Amino acid sequence: MSGSARIGWGLMAVITVLHFDFWNWETTSVVFGFMPKGLAWQAGISLAAAAGWALLMNVAWPSRVEDWAAQPSALSDEAGEDPS
Amino acid sequence: MALLLPAAETASRTPLLVVGFYLLLLIGLGVLSSRLFRGTSADFFVAERSIGPFLLLMSVFGTTMTAFALVGSTGKAWELGNGVYGLMASASGIVHSAVFFLVGIKLWAIGKRHGFRTQVQYFRGRFQSNLLGYLLFPILVALVVPYLLIGLLGAGAVMRGVTVGMFPETFAGTTLPNGRVMFEGSIPPWITGLVVCAVVLFYIFAGGLRSAAWANAFQTIVFMITGVIAFVLISSKLGGMDAATQAVIDNSPDHMTRARIGKLQFVTYMFVPLSVGMFPHLFQHWLTAKKASTFKLTTVAHPLFIGVVWVPCILIGIWAAGAGIMPPGGNPNALLPKIVQTLLQDPYLTGLLTAGILAAIMSSLDSQFVCLGTMFTHDIVMHAAGEKRFSDRAQVMLGRGFIVFVVGVTYLLTFFPPPKIFDLAVWCFSGFAALFPLVFASIYWRRTTRAGAIASVLAMVVTWGTLFYEGLIRPTLAGEEMEGDFLVAGMMPVTLIFAASTAALVLVSLMTKPPSDEHVEQFMVES
Repeated sequence: MSGSARIGWGLMAVITVLHFDFWNWETTSVVFGFMPKGLAWQAGISLAAAAGWALLMNVAWPSRVEDWAAQPSALSDEAGEDPS
Repeated sequence: MALLLPAAETASRTPLLVVGFYLLLLIGLGVLSSRLFRGTSADFFVAERSIGPFLLLMSVFGTTMTAFALVGSTGKAWELGNGVYGLMASASGIVHSAVFFLVGIKLWAIGKRHGFRTQVQYFRGRFQSNLLGYLLFPILVALVVPYLLIGLLGAGAVMRGVTVGMFPETFAGTTLPNGRVMFEGSIPPWITGLVVCAVVLFYIFAGGLRSAAWANAFQTIVFMITGVIAFVLISSKLGGMDAATQAVIDNSPDHMTRARIGKLQFVTYMFVPLSVGMFPHLFQHWLTAKKASTFKLTTVAHPLFIGVVWVPCILIGIWAAGAGIMPPGGNPNALLPKIVQTLLQDPYLTGLLTAGILAAIMSSLDSQFVCLGTMFTHDIVMHAAGEKRFSDRAQVMLGRGFIVFVVGVTYLLTFFPPPKIFDLAVWCFSGFAALFPLVFASIYWRRTTRAGAIASVLAMVVTWGTLFYEGLIRPTLAGEEMEGDFLVAGMMPVTLIFAASTAALVLVSLMTKPPSDEHVEQFMVES
């Protein structure tokens, strides 16, 4: 795994930990005048997750997977069907 | 303080006409895609592996967002507050995309290389076990049925809510024990269920999975747009977003917090979205992707799309609590239609938004219908009778026959509805999530054995069955009032089921003879 990929996965791990925002449990405050703070935080987690996945698509994409899939199957007949 | 809602002056049937027009559009789409349908089983079941990035995104998202996401989430937020978003939506944005990336792409490669069309075929091949296939098939079908049921119940609840008073001389409504009549003159759920099933069956029979994918894309766009429109209009009717939230702070401050959700419950909810790794219909969508790179758009956009749909639903749910809006009979499933009907007194808008909700529901049903037909034809009939026993056309007919059978069974189950759509969905997802260790180990752990796989499935069935009975069936049969979620030591039941299936998989695999390296090598995807 490349250094960039490690950073990308590390970022996703941080986002996952931040998802458990126990500090927002009892708050009744709002942001933007209407959005409960806890909901805004979690919506931000969704945005961050999308950004994190976009980064991982670039730095951790399994580049050999299509070549692997294109190889002929060596399974016996009962294991699967003929590739279409 | 309850908001005084104005009573409808007349029950216009215009919303019904708008919904009818939308259903006709779907039928037209089915006719159009049937012109491209080649009549072959490969085209019907996997659309000749021709699904590109946009269609895959729309299909996967549309299929995942069912009545659970719209009707269920709004009702659940009305019950528990804004924390429902964190429970399911943001967690899903992380977990779903992780599963697409870590599991979906590898399964696509394995399916493409070995020609697998369903997950039962895959597991049979991976573990060289007919028994595992015959064991998995009924379990997967049994878990899909509640998923279908969620859709039909959601559609019935929505139509019942928005058509109140339209047919007072035809439909008497429901009389409560206190003598009060609810849903007077509204279309009963059995008619909505029949119509929805008929329309979806028509367009998937016309064009198979390609038709389902097209309809999914179209319906996903429709429900996302109408959802945004509904959000803007409903907030406007409540005096604006700021005022609607202020009413929650004043009248129901619990809904601004997560006071009604346990912390351990919140953490263990994270297991539930792992279900996407074992949804049969998503597995089939993965197989239909053109290339591995087709997954990129789905993985990145999925968390954003979830946010676009769920944030408005959660806000509407808590705003309803703040405004004192009560769903008929206290049933959370009926909240969204109640809001649409009482706040938006424009029949065209009501019709449009109802069509949008139905779009979300039907875009889940279609892929599942096709998937069930595929599994039955390939995993049971052709597997038992032989590949060459049936012509291509006969395979398609068999698939269609089984779809009609399962839809019929599901339809009959709608006459015995559970109290809450959201809870039924979570039970259904919990079962699939507990099968996730199996698919993950099959890709990443060479040491996984056939006996370990079977033990994992059996452990899931026993623990899930026991907890499902204790948590939903027994209280429902006993007529008990279910307050809050069913938890085990403060945790979601999925935690226990997941732990049992994982432990059985690992322990039994370590105790039994490993498969040959040559065979396992065929499933270890180079990345």
